[in-house]
Amino acid sequence: MIRKAFIALALLLFGVLFATLWAGYVPDPALNRTAAYYAANAKPEIGAPNIVTAIIITWRGLDTLGEVTVLFLTAAIVGMVLVPSRARASGVVFRPAGELLATGARMIAPLVVLLGGYVLANGHLTPGGGFQGGAILASAVLLMLLADPARRFGHKLIGRIESASGVTYVGLGLLGMLVAGGFLDNSVLPLGRFGAMLSAGIIPLISAVIGLKVGAEFASILMTLEETEDA
Amino acid sequence: MAHIALAAGFGLILLGLYAALTHRDILRMIVGFVIADTGVNVVLVAVGYLPERTAPILDDAVPVAEAGARIIDPVPQALVLTAIVIGLGVSALMLAYAYRLFRLHGSLDISDFTELKW
Repeated sequence: MIRKAFIALALLLFGVLFATLWAGYVPDPALNRTAAYYAANAKPEIGAPNIVTAIIITWRGLDTLGEVTVLFLTAAIVGMVLVPSRARASGVVFRPAGELLATGARMIAPLVVLLGGYVLANGHLTPGGGFQGGAILASAVLLMLLADPARRFGHKLIGRIESASGVTYVGLGLLGMLVAGGFLDNSVLPLGRFGAMLSAGIIPLISAVIGLKVGAEFASILMTLEETEDA
Repeated sequence: MAHIALAAGFGLILLGLYAALTHRDILRMIVGFVIADTGVNVVLVAVGYLPERTAPILDDAVPVAEAGARIIDPVPQALVLTAIVIGLGVSALMLAYAYRLFRLHGSLDISDFTELKW
């Protein structure tokens, strides 16, 4: 009873807090100074039409490197905490997936990978980028795991992709220190024509690297979860 | 518009907290946390919204010279992208630990875990 009263009180306090914030909220009439700077300098400084990608990969690039590291840690801890299934080792056979799912997965998985690659490569031009593309790539792995639960992707291969892209990411950052203005500086490569596929300095390269890394990490989490399943 | 989105976000946060606090099953508590996480993201994006403006992507509709007057705030969107990814990591960890607890105790009911109780 006391527990319920405390829960009600906590929720009530949060409710009052949110209601006050909601009632007093007035949308800004104009962009604040940070956002205005980003809007004005996305073209001359970064050369990327998608300002969100410009912020994520260049202006706040160090945060993104940290974020990718957090994801890597997550994948590593999930792999450490979960133990491989006992049922699998003792040779339990899984019920096969239905015909529809198996055929559909074979047909759709390559298209999903293609879409992932497209989202990756166009991150600086359209909505999308490394994280979104990587998640789409991993969804292809998920589809294949659903269609065939006994399928094994090489953990070693995924690990190699993951570490190679991580090293490349940091290497590109260090290259910025040597050649351009600082760690993860965008002007290592020329900015190119605004709005072209190969433009915006090293953003397409870093997008691709982030996409591969995120895709590999998500895929490794999915595979670990799959291998833990008990029939 | 921003007020509707804000109300929805705050509502999701409260709903998620309620679910996380009242349910005794760990999986349901995790679902509650994920709902609250989504609510926080909705609130953040709603705060970046400015009336009668468009997405922060420069193209024919948003010429560079007028960008400052035509786009919404891109910073909360970048923050939310980060928050979504981190939220996924947190959910994956919670689920992995829940599985581990189930393996150790054979139960997912929070009242069966008395080690940290005082």
